[in-house]
Amino acid sequence: MSETTLPLPTAQKPINDRRDSHVMLSRVANSLYWMSRYIERSENVARLLDVNLQLMLDFADLNDQQLKEHWLPILCSAGDEETFFKLYERADSESVTEFLTFREENPNSIISCLFAARENARQVRDQISLEMFETLNECYLFLKSKNAREVWQSGAHEFYEQIKRYSHLFQGLTGSTFTRNEGYEFINLGKFLERADKTTRILDIKYHILLPSVADVGGAVDAAQWQAILRSASALEAYRRFHVEDILPRKVAEFLIFSTTFPRSIRSCMEHLDNDLHRLSGREKREYKSAEERAFGKLLSDLNFLTIDDILAEGLHEFLQKIQTTLDRLDDHIYQEYMYHPPVDIQAEILLHQQQMQQQQ
Amino acid sequence: MLLETYDRGDFCDEMFDESGAVRPHYARVAEHLKHLHEAEHKRKQTAVDLAFMRGGVTFTVYNDDQGTERIFPFDLVPRVIPDTEWQTIEKGLIQRITALNLFLHDIYHEQKILKDRVIPPHYILGAKHFRREFMGFNVPKDIYVHICGTDLIRDRQGNYLVLEDNLRCPSGASYMLENRAALKRAFPDLYRSARVHPVDSYAADLRKVLQYVSPPSLTTSQPNVVLMTPGVFNSAYFEHSFLARQMGIPIVEGRDLVVRDARVYMRTTSGLVPVDVIYRRIDDDFLDPTVFRSDSLLGVPGLVHAYRSGNVSLANSIGTGVADDKVVYYFVPKIIKYYLGEDPILPNVGTFLASEPEDRVFIMENLEKLVVKSANEAGGYGMLMGPWATKEEIESFREQIRANPRNFIAQHPISLSRHPTWCHGETDGAFEGRHVDLRPYILYGEKVTVTPGGLTRVALKKGSLVVNSSQGGGSKDTWVLHGDN
Repeated sequence: MSETTLPLPTAQKPINDRRDSHVMLSRVANSLYWMSRYIERSENVARLLDVNLQLMLDFADLNDQQLKEHWLPILCSAGDEETFFKLYERADSESVTEFLTFREENPNSIISCLFAARENARQVRDQISLEMFETLNECYLFLKSKNAREVWQSGAHEFYEQIKRYSHLFQGLTGSTFTRNEGYEFINLGKFLERADKTTRILDIKYHILLPSVADVGGAVDAAQWQAILRSASALEAYRRFHVEDILPRKVAEFLIFSTTFPRSIRSCMEHLDNDLHRLSGREKREYKSAEERAFGKLLSDLNFLTIDDILAEGLHEFLQKIQTTLDRLDDHIYQEYMYHPPVDIQAEILLHQQQMQQQQ
Repeated sequence: MLLETYDRGDFCDEMFDESGAVRPHYARVAEHLKHLHEAEHKRKQTAVDLAFMRGGVTFTVYNDDQGTERIFPFDLVPRVIPDTEWQTIEKGLIQRITALNLFLHDIYHEQKILKDRVIPPHYILGAKHFRREFMGFNVPKDIYVHICGTDLIRDRQGNYLVLEDNLRCPSGASYMLENRAALKRAFPDLYRSARVHPVDSYAADLRKVLQYVSPPSLTTSQPNVVLMTPGVFNSAYFEHSFLARQMGIPIVEGRDLVVRDARVYMRTTSGLVPVDVIYRRIDDDFLDPTVFRSDSLLGVPGLVHAYRSGNVSLANSIGTGVADDKVVYYFVPKIIKYYLGEDPILPNVGTFLASEPEDRVFIMENLEKLVVKSANEAGGYGMLMGPWATKEEIESFREQIRANPRNFIAQHPISLSRHPTWCHGETDGAFEGRHVDLRPYILYGEKVTVTPGGLTRVALKKGSLVVNSSQGGGSKDTWVLHGDN
């Protein structure tokens, strides 16, 4: 008699005979990471919209085309154009902000991000502190209530302030109430990866914006836009402290990319990521675990040697895209290394265990 | 001043005796309410509700696709039990769980109680939750029921009676703990002056129980203990995550676990890590699709094999549901007598078995006066409340009983004691009497521990006797005093 061929269950990751309280489920790591990313994302979108709505106050008499030229790059930096035009005809202040704030069809709207963050938090409710959960839950209840739309309609600024406050409160509470264990690294990875990515996108907005005319370069509109870029990254005051001179495009880009002291600069975020990656992998500094980590490490060290002139010569947009791609790959590496387990084929598992039980009897 | 218009009615009232005087152990609560203004009481109630909502102390209602989260309504006036009364309850509960545990061991081994004809064998061998495949299987330390939440009620004379044993996955312990925390925040002075037994040790006690029953083959004293939940969509998910957090153990779903070579592993960031003890909040039927329901996606293939091989412990053990069968409930007084040689300290509610010819005749003749229950339902489902039922409902049950008498029992309706409870009227709130029960939590490890108090559930609908959260029930903090007043 030939043996019946059974589907073999997929091989699993290696066994680690640990019995300590620091064990972390992969699903939990994934939830902590995304909880943190979504909160950071919602804050960035809120800031971006707030700043640009205020900016528009100074440009009251724009025609449809000009409005579109202003909002489209912002739309591209925070969400996707295709979904937007399925829902709206015109890209103006009203439609873009609504889309990026309340539309659940947009997975990157503030409301979608914070609902997803809260759902992830619920999954790991036992891991995070009560204070962290309460903050996020309060935010969720606020967004679910009619009150949220009312606040937004009566004054969008106040609404975005509120969203930012929830994020600040949450991140502050994470710092002051969350145990410094592996989970903390995943929260940090999520936060800094998202922040670095968003800073590249905020900076890239200026690349997409076409000035009303060539004559406006260096003029009032240009200056206002560069200032808006800095404020979108919460960087205006920090920039002023650092550079006494006027807001110069070159200096702004340099500041947002290279600053070692400003916590939202790309370099600062990448330094944090580098530390967290090493703490997780247990490797020595400058030792990298995978091709993705090495590509990331190389980019970080590039930042130590490049100047803003090198980058502008290469093309700012291209450079920012390179960073985004590297971060995307790093995100995938983190997932594969710590969160992914080969799926279990239930039918194959059932057959395997039935067979084992029969052998035993 | 809030209690001036209170009508104790023709019931056993927890707070007032027959003459309408405040019972001595409620003196402090009554005094407190006397000085409390309505507005302040309302303000405190709102604050507590809000805190529960913010903290996600909620259960999920599935009547719409939104999965609405609701708080389990909490009434601020505590239910108070004097020390002497509690001591009797505690002794009675320990006696009962000890006997039931011996019973489970016996029916899964020698079946002496059946051979001695104390219980007709067909009741056990044909019970829905009897797990024949676990005959002769030894559970660690011979403990079957590690966690038990017995439902007690009081009759018109104030006697405590056992209504149900709940030996599978009783829920509600988290509300006992959260209610206490909320009450301490709302009325700190009253709480301090009343000298109440704390309940906080529940989670630590539970953790000790789980560690105590780790597989005997395990050489380390630090077993990996996890809590297994059906998932975030389960209506009791809050409780699962709450208890896991209190105990500092991981909360896992079926998809986080995998079995290899009859050992259970969890899928972690550092590979597969062994699991030694599982506090499972999932019924037998869903544990392992290899053995039980093959359509279940909640369980783990191979889990039962690992359990049978002695490589992982489950709390509660598989097969305890047989003792939850309402027909078996009927025999518990005999079970106590048989194994312990004692009379039950806490009596049963008088029960009739539809499968016994004499009882059946009585049941059929008196359906409109009796409460009829299905043998294996819980949560207030599958019940006929004769005195309040329509003719159609009564006839429907008559048919069902005739078709399958083994599946039904009947009891005289117990009026259940009442307790002053804040009720929202048409215009204003007022204290009204509402029926209550009591679910104390019993832990069986190195020794049996009963957490002083438990969860008092209250039927918030006027006149209702159904206290289940799914059917309009609320809850109260339950105080066991250090003395009798």
